[in-house]
Amino acid sequence: MIGKSLGDRVFDVSNLIFLGIIGIVTVFPIYYVVVVSFTDPMEYLQKDIVLFPENWSFASYNYLLSSGAFVQSLGVSTFLTVVGTAISLVITSSFAYALSRKKFKGRRFILLLVLFTILFNPGIIPNYLLVKELGLINSLWSVILVSLSNGWFVILMKGFYDSLPDTLVEAATIDGCNDFTAWIKIILPLSLPSIAAFGLFFAVQYWNQYFNALIYLNDSSKWPIQVLLQNMLIDASSSSLGDVDPLLQPPPSETLKMAAVVIAIVPILMIYPFLQKHFAKGVMIGSIKE
Amino acid sequence: MKKLFSQIARDKYLYLLALPGIIYFLLFKYVPMWGITIAFKDFSPFLGYQESPWVGWEHFIRLFSGNDFLLLLRNTLAISFLNLLFFFPLPIILSILLNEVRNQFYKKTVQSIVYLPHFLSWVIIASLTFMLLSKSEGVVNQLFVFFGLEKFDFLTNSDIFWFLLTGQSIWKEAGWGTIIFLAAIAGVNTELYEAAKIDGANRFRQIWHVTLPAIRNVIIILLILRLGDVMEVGFEQVFLMYNGAVSQVAEVFDTYVYRVGIQQGQFSYSTAVGLFKSLVGLILVVVANKMAKRFGDEGIY
Repeated sequence: MIGKSLGDRVFDVSNLIFLGIIGIVTVFPIYYVVVVSFTDPMEYLQKDIVLFPENWSFASYNYLLSSGAFVQSLGVSTFLTVVGTAISLVITSSFAYALSRKKFKGRRFILLLVLFTILFNPGIIPNYLLVKELGLINSLWSVILVSLSNGWFVILMKGFYDSLPDTLVEAATIDGCNDFTAWIKIILPLSLPSIAAFGLFFAVQYWNQYFNALIYLNDSSKWPIQVLLQNMLIDASSSSLGDVDPLLQPPPSETLKMAAVVIAIVPILMIYPFLQKHFAKGVMIGSIKE
Repeated sequence: MKKLFSQIARDKYLYLLALPGIIYFLLFKYVPMWGITIAFKDFSPFLGYQESPWVGWEHFIRLFSGNDFLLLLRNTLAISFLNLLFFFPLPIILSILLNEVRNQFYKKTVQSIVYLPHFLSWVIIASLTFMLLSKSEGVVNQLFVFFGLEKFDFLTNSDIFWFLLTGQSIWKEAGWGTIIFLAAIAGVNTELYEAAKIDGANRFRQIWHVTLPAIRNVIIILLILRLGDVMEVGFEQVFLMYNGAVSQVAEVFDTYVYRVGIQQGQFSYSTAVGLFKSLVGLILVVVANKMAKRFGDEGIY
């Protein structure tokens, strides 16, 4: 601590306290929801505020998971996330890779077309009418297809591929690879960290999908978790859970809602530690160069 | 021409790799752009795109001469400018303060926490807002009662609705926004700090004379680009917080298009509204990017 002035120390301490408060304010809503969701229903009803429960309980979770509609919506979201992410990654990375190869004729023109889609969005209605014309209303494919890829990710990924040396692919070509096998065998293994970053971004996007599901899926049996949550929590529509186990005592609607929120956050919390390693890199990749 | 075909034949696998992406962008990004023509027609789903009659600027005239237009413009701009005023500076302040933390573990912990809300959906954020702030059950109001204060109605109060949205945006994105500034700060030559210290600069002076000038370009570029984006207020955020009591301050272009278009089926008129918003947005972004390029060495594209 030698050489540190009093002023410096005051600065350091108040900085730590200030950032600590920011951290607590950020984490408190999540903490509160998790804690109340595990609170014994009787205790919740008796106390004014629960900041730490005396009696823990899984009652709200049991009740929720006995609802066919809730479990089904988790299944729908899982399907959208897994299938959507896989297709998005394949299409976006192969497109970006091809665009990064200098021998690709017309790549500047195609890049301009891709760029323009970032700048200009035709709006909600033309997209809706396209999905309708394609007969995809009420099909889960509508939700996957409309957000399958986007200009940002293509351009960021292309920036990453640009940073790989050309000689790499040339050497592979001499060894008998064509562009396709070079992509599979050489480029993809090298780009695993970036694939992981973009894969996680896509996965979060599909798991959090709300707007497209809202406008394209009318059939409530096809609702992903976010739409069900919106109905249950914000519209407070009691029928959104459908049939539940009649033997279970319904917990207070508040603890039930919080349990539903926790379940919808859990997948994010599970991938978050993996995500964190990669996302700063994923965001920065290519953005410096382009 | 022959050469081009033989080149394409030679590199056929390259073009095959690009093909799904090209088809996707043409079908799902460019076909809707062509669909914009219905803003100038009286589109009827029975007649289709071709047969529906042209009506020229009729829908735009209806938009600009109606009462809704000024309301939509006011709400959209108000929400954007409040974000600019209160939300925009926060990631900068936060990243400067984070950069001053010497204890790496503490720094990483705070970072991990403040990044997290970025990954939560707006449905979750709206739900959390209701659980925290609702008048009857919300924990904040229960704390107010606990401390002997009056309950306050946060959610159906049109006076604070815009600030409520700003607060949500700050909670969700301020931490995430630090990434780009922290990266810029990390690029600062540490010798500059040493030199400043030798010259007797305290921490505030070091921040003022070394850190801030170093990230000045990034700040200006991002600010200009944000200005280019003022027509963009997130549909989901506003839509989810919308209720009858705040409708006068909560209707923005996107929510209006949804209500008039998808819910009431006025496809042509709502396409015209959306097109107006997108065109203004396009012009603003292009102008903003030009300005950003003038200030920094490179723009965003």
